Amino acid sequence: MKWLFAALTGVLMSVSVAAAESAPDELVKTVTDEVLTIVRNDKDIQSGNAKKAIALVEAKVLPHFNFTRMTQLAMGREWRNASPAQQQTLTSEFKTLLVRTYSKALTEYRNQTIEYKPLAAKAGDTEVKVKTLVKQPNSAKPIELDYSLEKQDAGWKVYDIEVAGVSLVTNYRDTFATEVRNNGIDGLIKALQTKNASAK
Amino acid sequence: MSGIDNLKGTVVRHSLNKRVGQYFLAMCAAGLLAGCATSGNPKDPIEGFNRAMYGVHEGIDTVLLKPVATGYDAVLPDPVQTGVTNFFANIADIPTAVNNLLQGKVAYAFNDLGRVAVNTTVGIVGLFDVATGMGLEKHDEDFGQTFGWWGVGEGPFVFLPILGPRTSRDAVGVWLDIYTDPLNYIDDVPVRNSLWALLAVNKRANLLPADKVIEEAALDKYSYIRDAYLQNRRNQVFDGNPPPRDE
Repeated sequence: MKWLFAALTGVLMSVSVAAAESAPDELVKTVTDEVLTIVRNDKDIQSGNAKKAIALVEAKVLPHFNFTRMTQLAMGREWRNASPAQQQTLTSEFKTLLVRTYSKALTEYRNQTIEYKPLAAKAGDTEVKVKTLVKQPNSAKPIELDYSLEKQDAGWKVYDIEVAGVSLVTNYRDTFATEVRNNGIDGLIKALQTKNASAK
Repeated sequence: MSGIDNLKGTVVRHSLNKRVGQYFLAMCAAGLLAGCATSGNPKDPIEGFNRAMYGVHEGIDTVLLKPVATGYDAVLPDPVQTGVTNFFANIADIPTAVNNLLQGKVAYAFNDLGRVAVNTTVGIVGLFDVATGMGLEKHDEDFGQTFGWWGVGEGPFVFLPILGPRTSRDAVGVWLDIYTDPLNYIDDVPVRNSLWALLAVNKRANLLPADKVIEEAALDKYSYIRDAYLQNRRNQVFDGNPPPRDE
Protein backbone atom coordinates (compact mmCIF):
# COMPACT_ATOMS: atom_id res chain seq x y z
CA MET A 1 0.00 0.00 0.00
CA LYS A 2 1.00 3.55 -0.28
CA TRP A 3 2.58 3.76 3.13
CA LEU A 4 4.53 0.62 2.71
CA PHE A 5 5.79 1.90 -0.58
CA ALA A 6 6.87 4.96 1.30
CA ALA A 7 8.68 2.69 3.75
CA LEU A 8 10.48 1.28 0.81
CA THR A 9 11.64 4.63 -0.47
CA GLY A 10 12.94 5.11 3.03
CA VAL A 11 15.40 2.37 2.33
CA LEU A 12 16.29 3.87 -1.00
CA MET A 13 17.91 6.87 0.53
CA SER A 14 20.79 4.84 1.77
CA VAL A 15 22.27 4.45 -1.69
CA SER A 16 24.90 7.18 -1.99
CA VAL A 17 27.79 5.20 -3.40
CA ALA A 18 30.96 7.21 -2.83
CA ALA A 19 29.48 9.93 -0.66
CA ALA A 20 31.84 10.92 2.09
CA GLU A 21 30.44 13.29 4.69
CA SER A 22 27.36 14.56 2.86
CA ALA A 23 24.73 16.09 5.08
CA PRO A 24 22.02 13.58 6.05
CA ASP A 25 19.24 15.38 4.22
CA GLU A 26 21.35 15.66 1.06
CA LEU A 27 22.04 11.97 1.37
CA VAL A 28 18.35 11.16 1.60
CA LYS A 29 17.59 13.33 -1.40
CA THR A 30 20.42 12.02 -3.57
CA VAL A 31 19.68 8.43 -2.92
CA THR A 32 15.91 8.70 -3.18
CA ASP A 33 16.15 10.60 -6.43
CA GLU A 34 18.62 8.12 -7.83
CA VAL A 35 16.62 5.05 -6.98
CA LEU A 36 13.25 6.48 -7.98
CA THR A 37 14.69 7.57 -11.32
CA ILE A 38 15.83 4.03 -11.90
CA VAL A 39 12.44 2.62 -10.94
CA ARG A 40 10.57 5.18 -13.01
CA ASN A 41 12.45 4.07 -16.11
CA ASP A 42 12.32 0.38 -15.40
CA LYS A 43 9.08 -1.22 -16.55
CA ASP A 44 10.28 -4.60 -15.32
CA ILE A 45 10.43 -3.48 -11.72
CA GLN A 46 7.09 -1.70 -12.00
CA SER A 47 5.42 -4.82 -13.31
CA GLY A 48 6.65 -6.84 -10.36
CA ASN A 49 10.11 -8.19 -11.16
CA ALA A 50 11.16 -8.92 -7.59
CA LYS A 51 14.68 -10.10 -8.45
CA LYS A 52 15.51 -6.83 -10.17
CA ALA A 53 14.03 -4.81 -7.35
CA ILE A 54 16.01 -6.77 -4.77
CA ALA A 55 19.20 -6.31 -6.79
CA LEU A 56 18.54 -2.58 -6.87
CA VAL A 57 17.94 -2.42 -3.14
CA GLU A 58 21.04 -4.47 -2.35
CA ALA A 59 23.25 -2.40 -4.60
CA LYS A 60 21.98 1.03 -3.78
CA VAL A 61 20.43 0.87 -0.35
CA LEU A 62 22.13 -1.65 1.90
CA PRO A 63 25.37 0.28 2.45
CA HIS A 64 23.50 3.05 4.25
CA PHE A 65 21.54 1.10 6.74
CA ASN A 66 22.69 0.08 10.18
CA PHE A 67 20.86 -3.23 10.36
CA THR A 68 22.56 -4.26 13.57
CA ARG A 69 21.16 -1.28 15.40
CA MET A 70 17.74 -1.78 13.80
CA THR A 71 17.66 -5.39 14.93
CA GLN A 72 18.82 -4.41 18.38
CA LEU A 73 16.08 -1.79 18.65
CA ALA A 74 13.45 -4.20 17.37
CA MET A 75 14.55 -6.81 19.92
CA GLY A 76 14.40 -4.36 22.80
CA ARG A 77 15.27 -5.92 26.12
CA GLU A 78 15.64 -9.35 24.58
CA TRP A 79 18.76 -8.31 22.68
CA ARG A 80 20.82 -8.69 25.83
CA ASN A 81 19.46 -12.21 26.29
CA ALA A 82 20.68 -13.29 22.89
CA SER A 83 24.13 -14.83 22.39
CA PRO A 84 26.49 -13.14 19.89
CA ALA A 85 25.79 -15.94 17.42
CA GLN A 86 22.03 -15.44 17.84
CA GLN A 87 22.45 -11.69 17.46
CA GLN A 88 24.29 -12.18 14.21
CA THR A 89 21.69 -14.57 12.83
CA LEU A 90 18.87 -12.28 13.90
CA THR A 91 20.48 -9.30 12.18
CA SER A 92 21.07 -11.24 9.00
CA GLU A 93 17.53 -12.65 8.85
CA PHE A 94 15.95 -9.31 9.69
CA LYS A 95 18.01 -7.67 6.97
CA THR A 96 16.79 -10.22 4.41
CA LEU A 97 13.21 -9.64 5.50
CA LEU A 98 13.51 -5.89 5.20
CA VAL A 99 15.23 -6.02 1.83
CA ARG A 100 12.50 -8.26 0.43
CA THR A 101 9.73 -6.09 1.88
CA TYR A 102 11.20 -2.94 0.44
CA SER A 103 11.81 -4.51 -2.91
CA LYS A 104 8.18 -5.56 -3.01
CA ALA A 105 7.08 -2.02 -2.21
CA LEU A 106 9.36 -0.69 -4.96
CA THR A 107 7.47 -2.74 -7.52
CA GLU A 108 4.33 -0.84 -6.51
CA TYR A 109 5.82 2.54 -7.37
CA ARG A 110 3.38 4.53 -9.46
CA ASN A 111 4.89 7.94 -10.05
CA GLN A 112 4.57 9.38 -6.61
CA THR A 113 6.68 12.49 -6.02
CA ILE A 114 8.71 13.36 -2.95
CA GLU A 115 8.85 16.66 -1.11
CA TYR A 116 11.88 17.15 1.11
CA LYS A 117 11.38 19.19 4.26
CA PRO A 118 14.13 21.42 5.63
CA LEU A 119 16.39 19.65 8.08
CA ALA A 120 15.74 20.62 11.68
CA ALA A 121 19.06 19.67 13.26
CA LYS A 122 21.97 21.45 14.86
CA ALA A 123 25.53 21.28 13.57
CA GLY A 124 26.91 18.87 16.12
CA ASP A 125 23.97 16.42 16.19
CA THR A 126 24.88 12.79 15.77
CA GLU A 127 21.29 11.62 15.41
CA VAL A 128 18.87 13.36 13.10
CA LYS A 129 15.47 12.86 11.60
CA VAL A 130 15.02 13.69 7.95
CA LYS A 131 11.41 14.35 7.02
CA THR A 132 9.92 13.89 3.59
CA LEU A 133 6.42 13.76 2.15
CA VAL A 134 5.28 11.27 -0.44
CA LYS A 135 2.68 12.81 -2.72
CA GLN A 136 0.03 10.58 -4.24
CA PRO A 137 -1.24 10.98 -7.79
CA ASN A 138 -4.84 11.12 -6.58
CA SER A 139 -6.22 13.42 -3.93
CA ALA A 140 -5.23 11.20 -1.02
CA LYS A 141 -3.38 12.99 1.73
CA PRO A 142 0.40 12.97 1.25
CA ILE A 143 2.21 10.44 3.42
CA GLU A 144 4.90 11.42 5.88
CA LEU A 145 8.09 9.46 5.48
CA ASP A 146 10.75 10.17 8.10
CA TYR A 147 14.22 8.68 8.36
CA SER A 148 16.16 8.46 11.61
CA LEU A 149 19.89 8.57 10.90
CA GLU A 150 22.93 8.30 13.11
CA LYS A 151 26.39 9.61 12.37
CA GLN A 152 29.14 7.05 12.03
CA ASP A 153 32.73 7.33 10.81
CA ALA A 154 31.65 5.79 7.54
CA GLY A 155 28.86 8.34 7.11
CA TRP A 156 25.24 8.65 8.09
CA LYS A 157 23.31 5.42 8.55
CA VAL A 158 19.59 4.86 8.82
CA TYR A 159 18.34 3.03 11.88
CA ASP A 160 14.62 3.63 11.68
CA ILE A 161 11.95 4.70 9.22
CA GLU A 162 8.55 6.12 10.07
CA VAL A 163 5.79 5.92 7.53
CA ALA A 164 2.70 7.96 8.38
CA GLY A 165 3.82 7.87 11.97
CA VAL A 166 4.38 4.12 12.00
CA SER A 167 7.91 3.38 13.11
CA LEU A 168 9.27 0.29 11.44
CA VAL A 169 11.37 -0.64 14.43
CA THR A 170 8.49 -0.21 16.89
CA ASN A 171 6.17 -2.25 14.69
CA TYR A 172 8.54 -5.16 14.56
CA ARG A 173 9.37 -4.79 18.25
CA ASP A 174 5.94 -5.98 19.26
CA THR A 175 5.94 -8.84 16.78
CA PHE A 176 9.39 -9.94 17.97
CA ALA A 177 8.45 -9.61 21.64
CA THR A 178 5.40 -11.80 21.17
CA GLU A 179 7.40 -14.42 19.28
CA VAL A 180 10.15 -14.47 21.90
CA ARG A 181 7.59 -14.69 24.70
CA ASN A 182 5.91 -17.67 23.05
CA ASN A 183 8.83 -19.52 21.50
CA GLY A 184 12.06 -17.99 22.80
CA ILE A 185 14.80 -16.33 20.80
CA ASP A 186 15.50 -19.49 18.80
CA GLY A 187 11.81 -19.62 17.98
CA LEU A 188 12.01 -16.09 16.60
CA ILE A 189 15.07 -16.98 14.53
CA LYS A 190 13.27 -19.99 13.14
CA ALA A 191 10.18 -17.94 12.31
CA LEU A 192 12.29 -15.40 10.45
CA GLN A 193 14.17 -18.10 8.56
CA THR A 194 10.96 -19.86 7.60
CA LYS A 195 9.48 -16.60 6.39
CA ASN A 196 12.56 -15.70 4.36
CA ALA A 197 12.76 -19.16 2.85
CA SER A 198 9.08 -19.34 1.98
CA ALA A 199 8.77 -16.75 -0.77
CA LYS A 200 12.11 -17.30 -2.45
CA MET B 1 -46.77 11.52 -1.75
CA SER B 2 -43.58 13.25 -0.60
CA GLY B 3 -44.65 12.70 3.01
CA ILE B 4 -44.58 8.97 2.42
CA ASP B 5 -41.20 9.22 0.70
CA ASN B 6 -39.84 11.17 3.65
CA LEU B 7 -41.16 8.51 5.97
CA LYS B 8 -39.63 5.81 3.80
CA GLY B 9 -36.33 7.67 3.86
CA THR B 10 -36.40 7.96 7.62
CA VAL B 11 -37.33 4.33 8.03
CA VAL B 12 -34.54 3.26 5.69
CA ARG B 13 -32.02 5.45 7.52
CA HIS B 14 -33.18 4.06 10.81
CA SER B 15 -32.97 0.52 9.57
CA LEU B 16 -29.40 1.10 8.37
CA ASN B 17 -28.53 2.46 11.79
CA LYS B 18 -30.43 -0.39 13.39
CA ARG B 19 -28.39 -2.82 11.34
CA VAL B 20 -25.17 -1.08 12.31
CA GLY B 21 -26.29 -1.19 15.94
CA GLN B 22 -27.18 -4.86 15.68
CA TYR B 23 -23.80 -5.52 14.10
CA PHE B 24 -22.01 -4.00 17.07
CA LEU B 25 -24.20 -5.85 19.56
CA ALA B 26 -23.50 -9.09 17.77
CA MET B 27 -19.79 -8.39 17.87
CA CYS B 28 -19.96 -7.61 21.58
CA ALA B 29 -21.88 -10.79 22.26
CA ALA B 30 -19.41 -12.86 20.28
CA GLY B 31 -16.69 -11.06 22.14
CA LEU B 32 -18.03 -11.99 25.55
CA LEU B 33 -17.97 -15.60 24.53
CA ALA B 34 -14.74 -15.76 22.58
CA GLY B 35 -12.96 -12.96 24.35
CA CYS B 36 -12.38 -14.77 27.59
CA ALA B 37 -9.09 -15.76 26.00
CA THR B 38 -7.25 -12.68 27.21
CA SER B 39 -3.62 -12.44 26.22
CA GLY B 40 -0.72 -11.02 28.15
CA ASN B 41 -0.61 -8.06 25.79
CA PRO B 42 -1.61 -4.88 27.64
CA LYS B 43 -2.58 -3.04 24.47
CA ASP B 44 -4.71 -5.88 23.14
CA PRO B 45 -6.63 -7.26 26.15
CA ILE B 46 -9.21 -9.10 24.04
CA GLU B 47 -6.72 -10.53 21.60
CA GLY B 48 -8.50 -13.88 21.45
CA PHE B 49 -11.72 -12.26 20.27
CA ASN B 50 -9.84 -9.99 17.90
CA ARG B 51 -7.95 -12.81 16.22
CA ALA B 52 -11.24 -14.65 15.76
CA MET B 53 -12.78 -11.58 14.18
CA TYR B 54 -9.69 -11.14 12.03
CA GLY B 55 -10.21 -14.68 10.78
CA VAL B 56 -13.79 -13.87 9.84
CA HIS B 57 -12.63 -10.70 8.15
CA GLU B 58 -9.97 -12.48 6.11
CA GLY B 59 -12.56 -15.06 5.10
CA ILE B 60 -15.01 -12.45 3.80
CA ASP B 61 -12.18 -10.63 2.11
CA THR B 62 -10.78 -13.70 0.37
CA VAL B 63 -14.14 -14.94 -0.80
CA LEU B 64 -15.88 -11.69 -1.70
CA LEU B 65 -14.20 -8.33 -1.40
CA LYS B 66 -10.72 -9.02 -2.75
CA PRO B 67 -11.82 -10.82 -5.95
CA VAL B 68 -14.28 -8.05 -6.75
CA ALA B 69 -11.68 -5.37 -6.01
CA THR B 70 -9.07 -7.18 -8.09
CA GLY B 71 -11.45 -7.40 -11.02
CA TYR B 72 -12.38 -3.74 -10.60
CA ASP B 73 -8.70 -2.79 -10.50
CA ALA B 74 -7.93 -4.78 -13.63
CA VAL B 75 -10.82 -3.45 -15.65
CA LEU B 76 -10.82 0.22 -14.74
CA PRO B 77 -8.04 2.45 -16.09
CA ASP B 78 -6.00 4.26 -13.41
CA PRO B 79 -7.33 7.75 -14.19
CA VAL B 80 -10.89 6.48 -13.77
CA GLN B 81 -10.05 4.87 -10.43
CA THR B 82 -8.42 8.12 -9.38
CA GLY B 83 -11.62 9.91 -10.36
CA VAL B 84 -13.71 7.56 -8.23
CA THR B 85 -11.33 7.98 -5.30
CA ASN B 86 -11.48 11.76 -5.71
CA PHE B 87 -15.28 11.70 -5.90
CA PHE B 88 -15.61 9.98 -2.53
CA ALA B 89 -12.76 11.97 -1.01
CA ASN B 90 -14.62 15.15 -1.94
CA ILE B 91 -17.76 13.97 -0.15
CA ALA B 92 -15.64 12.99 2.84
CA ASP B 93 -14.34 16.55 3.09
CA ILE B 94 -17.72 17.57 4.55
CA PRO B 95 -17.57 15.42 7.70
CA THR B 96 -13.88 16.30 7.86
CA ALA B 97 -14.83 19.97 8.02
CA VAL B 98 -17.41 19.20 10.72
CA ASN B 99 -14.87 17.34 12.81
CA ASN B 100 -12.24 20.03 12.36
CA LEU B 101 -14.81 22.49 13.67
CA LEU B 102 -15.59 20.23 16.64
CA GLN B 103 -11.87 20.18 17.40
CA GLY B 104 -11.69 23.95 17.29
CA LYS B 105 -9.60 23.99 14.12
CA VAL B 106 -11.72 26.64 12.47
CA ALA B 107 -9.25 27.63 9.76
CA TYR B 108 -8.91 23.99 8.70
CA ALA B 109 -12.69 23.63 8.60
CA PHE B 110 -13.03 26.58 6.25
CA ASN B 111 -10.18 25.17 4.18
CA ASP B 112 -12.11 21.90 3.86
CA LEU B 113 -15.35 23.62 2.89
CA GLY B 114 -13.38 25.58 0.34
CA ARG B 115 -12.10 22.29 -1.07
CA VAL B 116 -15.62 20.98 -1.43
CA ALA B 117 -16.79 24.15 -3.15
CA VAL B 118 -13.91 24.19 -5.63
CA ASN B 119 -13.78 20.48 -6.35
CA THR B 120 -17.53 20.12 -6.78
CA THR B 121 -17.70 22.94 -9.31
CA VAL B 122 -14.38 23.32 -11.10
CA GLY B 123 -13.46 19.74 -10.28
CA ILE B 124 -16.74 18.43 -11.75
CA VAL B 125 -18.59 16.85 -8.81
CA GLY B 126 -15.29 15.99 -7.19
CA LEU B 127 -13.87 13.85 -9.98
CA PHE B 128 -10.83 16.09 -10.19
CA ASP B 129 -8.94 17.40 -7.20
CA VAL B 130 -8.11 20.94 -8.26
CA ALA B 131 -8.22 22.30 -4.72
CA THR B 132 -4.91 20.78 -3.62
CA GLY B 133 -3.15 22.52 -6.49
CA MET B 134 -4.72 25.77 -5.31
CA GLY B 135 -3.14 25.45 -1.90
CA LEU B 136 -6.16 24.00 -0.08
CA GLU B 137 -4.54 20.99 1.50
CA LYS B 138 -6.35 17.74 2.15
CA HIS B 139 -7.21 16.88 5.72
CA ASP B 140 -8.58 13.70 7.18
CA GLU B 141 -10.70 13.89 10.31
CA ASP B 142 -13.40 11.70 11.79
CA PHE B 143 -15.29 11.34 15.06
CA GLY B 144 -12.74 8.95 16.54
CA GLN B 145 -10.02 11.55 16.02
CA THR B 146 -12.29 14.23 17.48
CA PHE B 147 -12.83 12.18 20.62
CA GLY B 148 -9.09 11.58 20.81
CA TRP B 149 -8.42 15.29 20.40
CA TRP B 150 -10.83 15.97 23.26
CA GLY B 151 -8.79 13.62 25.44
CA VAL B 152 -10.79 10.42 25.27
CA GLY B 153 -8.46 7.46 25.74
CA GLU B 154 -8.10 4.81 23.06
CA GLY B 155 -9.59 1.92 24.99
CA PRO B 156 -8.87 -1.71 24.10
CA PHE B 157 -7.98 -2.53 20.52
CA VAL B 158 -10.76 -4.24 18.61
CA PHE B 159 -10.80 -5.87 15.18
CA LEU B 160 -14.13 -5.75 13.38
CA PRO B 161 -14.92 -7.78 10.27
CA ILE B 162 -15.14 -5.62 7.14
CA LEU B 163 -14.53 -2.39 9.04
CA GLY B 164 -11.14 -3.62 10.14
CA PRO B 165 -8.91 -2.55 13.03
CA ARG B 166 -10.15 0.10 15.47
CA THR B 167 -9.49 1.34 18.96
CA SER B 168 -12.65 1.08 21.09
CA ARG B 169 -12.96 4.84 20.98
CA ASP B 170 -12.76 4.77 17.20
CA ALA B 171 -15.25 1.91 16.97
CA VAL B 172 -17.80 4.21 18.61
CA GLY B 173 -16.60 7.02 16.38
CA VAL B 174 -17.06 5.05 13.18
CA TRP B 175 -20.71 4.48 14.06
CA LEU B 176 -21.16 8.25 14.23
CA ASP B 177 -19.16 8.62 11.01
CA ILE B 178 -21.55 6.29 9.19
CA TYR B 179 -24.58 8.03 10.68
CA THR B 180 -23.39 11.46 9.56
CA ASP B 181 -21.95 10.41 6.22
CA PRO B 182 -23.59 12.49 3.48
CA LEU B 183 -24.09 9.28 1.46
CA ASN B 184 -26.37 8.07 4.22
CA TYR B 185 -28.89 10.78 3.39
CA ILE B 186 -29.58 9.75 -0.17
CA ASP B 187 -33.22 8.65 -0.16
CA ASP B 188 -33.01 6.46 -3.25
CA VAL B 189 -32.01 3.14 -1.72
CA PRO B 190 -30.61 1.39 -4.82
CA VAL B 191 -28.50 4.45 -5.65
CA ARG B 192 -27.25 4.75 -2.10
CA ASN B 193 -26.40 1.07 -1.83
CA SER B 194 -24.59 1.17 -5.17
CA LEU B 195 -22.53 4.10 -3.96
CA TRP B 196 -21.66 2.37 -0.67
CA ALA B 197 -20.63 -0.70 -2.66
CA LEU B 198 -18.53 1.34 -5.07
CA LEU B 199 -16.86 3.10 -2.15
CA ALA B 200 -15.99 -0.22 -0.52
CA VAL B 201 -14.66 -1.82 -3.71
CA ASN B 202 -12.64 1.25 -4.66
CA LYS B 203 -11.12 1.46 -1.19
CA ARG B 204 -10.24 -2.21 -1.29
CA ALA B 205 -8.68 -1.82 -4.74
CA ASN B 206 -6.55 1.05 -3.45
CA LEU B 207 -5.25 -1.26 -0.73
CA LEU B 208 -4.22 -4.09 -3.05
CA PRO B 209 -0.59 -2.94 -3.29
CA ALA B 210 -0.44 -2.79 0.50
CA ASP B 211 -1.59 -6.41 0.71
CA LYS B 212 1.41 -7.57 -1.24
CA VAL B 213 3.85 -5.67 0.91
CA ILE B 214 2.24 -6.76 4.19
CA GLU B 215 2.41 -10.38 3.03
CA GLU B 216 6.14 -9.90 2.57
CA ALA B 217 6.77 -7.88 5.71
CA ALA B 218 4.71 -9.57 8.37
CA LEU B 219 5.70 -12.52 10.50
CA ASP B 220 2.17 -12.44 11.91
CA LYS B 221 -0.25 -10.46 9.78
CA TYR B 222 -2.74 -9.81 12.56
CA SER B 223 -0.26 -8.26 15.00
CA TYR B 224 1.54 -6.38 12.21
CA ILE B 225 -1.73 -4.77 11.09
CA ARG B 226 -2.77 -4.07 14.67
CA ASP B 227 0.51 -2.40 15.63
CA ALA B 228 0.73 -0.36 12.44
CA TYR B 229 -2.88 0.75 12.91
CA LEU B 230 -2.35 1.86 16.52
CA GLN B 231 0.78 3.84 15.66
CA ASN B 232 -0.80 5.43 12.60
CA ARG B 233 -3.93 6.32 14.51
CA ARG B 234 -2.01 8.16 17.25
CA ASN B 235 -0.20 10.04 14.52
CA GLN B 236 -3.51 10.92 12.86
CA VAL B 237 -5.24 12.08 16.04
CA PHE B 238 -2.42 14.47 16.78
CA ASP B 239 -2.03 15.56 13.14
CA GLY B 240 1.52 14.29 12.82
CA ASN B 241 2.80 15.38 16.22
CA PRO B 242 1.99 12.65 18.68
CA PRO B 243 3.24 13.14 22.24
CA PRO B 244 6.34 11.03 22.93
CA ARG B 245 5.57 7.55 24.12
CA ASP B 246 7.36 6.13 27.13
CA GLU B 247 8.63 2.94 25.57
